Amino acid sequence: MQITKLAIAAIAVLSVAACDKNKGLDDGPMDGVNGANGANAGMVGNSDNISSSSLDPSSIAYFKETIGDRVLFAVDQVQLSPEGAATLDKQAGWLIANPNVTILIEGHADEQGTREYNLALGARRASSVSNYLASKGVPDSRLKTITYGKERPLEVCSTEVCYAKNRRAVTVVAGGLGS
Amino acid sequence: MTNFLKSLAIASVIAAQPYWVCAQEEGALRITIEEGIIEPMPIAVPTFVVGNGAGEYAQKVTDVIIQDLVGTGLFRAIPQDAHISTVTDFSAPVEYANWKAINADALVTGNATNADGKLTLQFRLHDVTGQRNIGEGMQFVAGSDSWRRMAHKVADVIYARLTGEEGYFDSRVVYIAEEGAKNDRKKRLAVMDYDGANIRYLTDSNSIVLAPRFSPNAREIVYTSYETGQPTVFTMNVDTLARRALDQTPGMTFAPRFSPDGTKVVMSLADRGNTDIYMMDIQSGQKTRLTDSAAIETAPSFSPDGSQLVFESDRGGGQQIYIMDVNGSGVRKVSNGNGRYGTPVWSPRGDMIAFTKMVNGRFHIGVMRTDGSNEKLLTASFLDEGPTWSPNGRVVMFFRETPGESGAPSLHSVDITGRNLKKIPTPTFGSDPAWSNLLN
Repeated sequence: MQITKLAIAAIAVLSVAACDKNKGLDDGPMDGVNGANGANAGMVGNSDNISSSSLDPSSIAYFKETIGDRVLFAVDQVQLSPEGAATLDKQAGWLIANPNVTILIEGHADEQGTREYNLALGARRASSVSNYLASKGVPDSRLKTITYGKERPLEVCSTEVCYAKNRRAVTVVAGGLGS
Repeated sequence: MTNFLKSLAIASVIAAQPYWVCAQEEGALRITIEEGIIEPMPIAVPTFVVGNGAGEYAQKVTDVIIQDLVGTGLFRAIPQDAHISTVTDFSAPVEYANWKAINADALVTGNATNADGKLTLQFRLHDVTGQRNIGEGMQFVAGSDSWRRMAHKVADVIYARLTGEEGYFDSRVVYIAEEGAKNDRKKRLAVMDYDGANIRYLTDSNSIVLAPRFSPNAREIVYTSYETGQPTVFTMNVDTLARRALDQTPGMTFAPRFSPDGTKVVMSLADRGNTDIYMMDIQSGQKTRLTDSAAIETAPSFSPDGSQLVFESDRGGGQQIYIMDVNGSGVRKVSNGNGRYGTPVWSPRGDMIAFTKMVNGRFHIGVMRTDGSNEKLLTASFLDEGPTWSPNGRVVMFFRETPGESGAPSLHSVDITGRNLKKIPTPTFGSDPAWSNLLN
């Protein structure tokens, strides 16, 4: 259900952004578009019957797009980069603010390694993220990890441009949201 | 015919299993497999004489025997249309002069009969120059649907008599059949004859499956599946397809391999990011931890006597190959060249280790002695990975993946001499091959 709501929310935002103020929108804001804290961004709407907002800060879409759901790693490395740590700081804050969700951290590797080593490397990367989030106060019980090794590449070219994006740990909001 | 049959060892019929008797006699004709050999032995294999009811089998059987022998790179089949002698009576004396005239060193004559669903293959191997038999005549009897295996067994005997080493044709390969786009790859377990024939799929593509390996008797496999939601080692009976998670406690397990006696499985378990090697007794489910460093330890493989394990670890900083005693003690580093080393597999003869080497952005399949000496790289490509030994330790099969958006893996084999690199035909992409022992 949550996914459906988010899809509608995303469309609504786009519609508003593209909307000429004179056309107006009769419908009020859709569920989930306006944050409970009323954090309207005021991007476009300046007409009385048009409201707009950023994504619901407690939504998965907000987590993925605004917080950032992934960190990248150097070749054969599991250490977090400063950028990665900054992303995880935001993730930790979000997870603490949204105590009902559990997450699954996926560890991935690029194709430049053997299959079983890459499974182990992916487990290490996922654990690196999990440990960091735990150190920032996210309860261990909410953190699960899985390794995919090189089994699930996002990018398919065989150059560093793609490898850099495939060497990743992705924090997947796994459940409990809105429950 | 009657006299010849009396001289054949008596073969009885046992269920669907081919039965054979091997009466070895050292022949003068012998091909010695060394790195220097580049000239294959010329061999003539005229079509088996068609006996009662065997019309559809004689040619097929002969073709498989020829493909097996020629496929080793050690033999050259003299084309049948160049034969000046036709074998029409299996019991008639061989006219050696006619085979000498076409420069055959070895000759195989055979006879096929088929009655009541039972196929009988009889054959003799001849030393053309010596004008004598090499070993006694033999016969195989089995259900006619086993004709391909019977042909492989004939070829195995011929190979053994001419090389002095066991053959590898009556064997199977379990592997991962892959389909679909590179970023949406579907994987299935598949089993086939060593040469790509008789493919059977063992799983659907709903879950990622990885790295299957045969039990010693080739009736069971261990592999890694994501069907539980995380990588988990499973065992499966290849015939019934019954499967179960090997370790009932939660945790990510992968890289399984059977012990030589089939009673244990050694595998990796990742716990809080640290991957170590564990031994599991299949019957009792008892699990013993063999490594405990903070490094990655994975890809374990038993020595054929079961006393040691070769594995990979990055405890020294990079991925390298180590050996330890089967209780986890006595760890020593084996690989010593530049680059990274992974996927070590102990040879069936016990004297060598096959591995994947990564250096300067290229992948290689290589072999070395168990003390790390005599390293020899057999292949080089964008990505070669995961060697598996032929039952006689003469050939390694592996997979080769091509680069880029359309990149995909396929199965290849190469002799440990580095010669005879060839692709194994499969209907879809293929990866993670594992070769069985010779079948019984």
